[in-house]
Amino acid sequence: MLEGEDRARFEATILPHLDAAFNLARWLLRNRTDAEDVTQDAVFRAFRAFGTYRSGNARAWLLQIVRNTCFTWLRQNRMAAEFMEFDETTMPQESENPETLALAGSDREQLTRALESLPESFREILVLRELEGCSYKEIAEITSRPIGTVMSALARARGQLRNSLSQPASKEARRAV
Amino acid sequence: MPCEHSQTQLHGYLDGELDALSAANFEKHLETCPDCKQTLAAEESLHRSIQQAGLYERAPESLRNSLLGKSKQQPAVHPFPAARVSPLRWLAVAAVLLLTVFIGWRQLQLHRGSGDAQLMAASFVDAHLRSLQPGHLTDVESTDQHTVKPWFDGRIDFAPPVRDFANDGFPLVGGRLDVAGGHTVAALVYSRRKHIINVFVEMAQPENYWNGTGESQGYHWLAWEKGGLSFCAVSDVASPDLAQLKQLFVTQ
Repeated sequence: MLEGEDRARFEATILPHLDAAFNLARWLLRNRTDAEDVTQDAVFRAFRAFGTYRSGNARAWLLQIVRNTCFTWLRQNRMAAEFMEFDETTMPQESENPETLALAGSDREQLTRALESLPESFREILVLRELEGCSYKEIAEITSRPIGTVMSALARARGQLRNSLSQPASKEARRAV
Repeated sequence: MPCEHSQTQLHGYLDGELDALSAANFEKHLETCPDCKQTLAAEESLHRSIQQAGLYERAPESLRNSLLGKSKQQPAVHPFPAARVSPLRWLAVAAVLLLTVFIGWRQLQLHRGSGDAQLMAASFVDAHLRSLQPGHLTDVESTDQHTVKPWFDGRIDFAPPVRDFANDGFPLVGGRLDVAGGHTVAALVYSRRKHIINVFVEMAQPENYWNGTGESQGYHWLAWEKGGLSFCAVSDVASPDLAQLKQLFVTQ
């Protein structure tokens, strides 16, 4: 049973990676409110599965659960998500986070938009590498892919990101009209 | 036709994930391939703008609080109740343990240096984790290096170089005394985009000299030596950030 020592161990080893969990969910779901719900759900799952965690990389272990929870959520809410995306094209999206508002600059907005326009698997690998600073080995573990494919997947994702940064987004054009 | 290296090796090189030989080979290739040179420059500048844009979004406090409160009230149901284990299995477990201890001991003998570094790093990562518990981060909380530096006087037998690197994106948060690897060490606390970095400082001992970088439990560490002191920075920020902080310490 997860009591006493185990619970303390969970709070000491897993919860320090809550920021990493939330950040990944926020970029996969492209929304802070959903990310909060899904992160909470993922942490509860991790708590229930903590019996299977012995030692090793706690962050990778948690992030693997987070990304699986996100993908399940996305599958279930696909319709709604697509509907929201349509919304985003007609309304300028404001960042909901006051901390990030202070940092707002053209670079930040442009990068956010470009990153959010990428397919999930590209977004995921870029967030893990560029924002979370994960090693290729950790990325392979979190995304359940062979380590040999991480480098080429990153190459493709970065290529796409540069593409979408260099082409003024069609959303932009539509907004300007 | 773009060079095929720009789609593979170049990224391993950029991320510091190539082994020494492949990295050297790629550098040689770079001298003769304008395509790769151009792509590398573009990737490096993209990497910098991502790092500077502050895209990382931390978990809201409300989520943290609700998880700390709720994980305490979770019904304590273990999905995998411990099965009854036969004595024979215990014997097997004991045998494996003995073997592991033996192999570990042999490895330690063979790689005394790297083994020590791992142990040292683990004790600093533990100290970092302890410091993140509420109320444990600083003994003296100040962004003013002239407040933090004198605080260490008389508490330890060396003077850690306390500097505020706020202008370079590493504001000083404070300092404290800590214990790692059986020694009392000075811990300087910095923040980086809301992440905490502990820089542990102690007198460099010839017998426990170590440096390098690595990760443990999802935290990065980076150790170096300067002016008779050894330093170990630990954090969950990306390793290039730690390298940047080291550079500030080494050059100033």
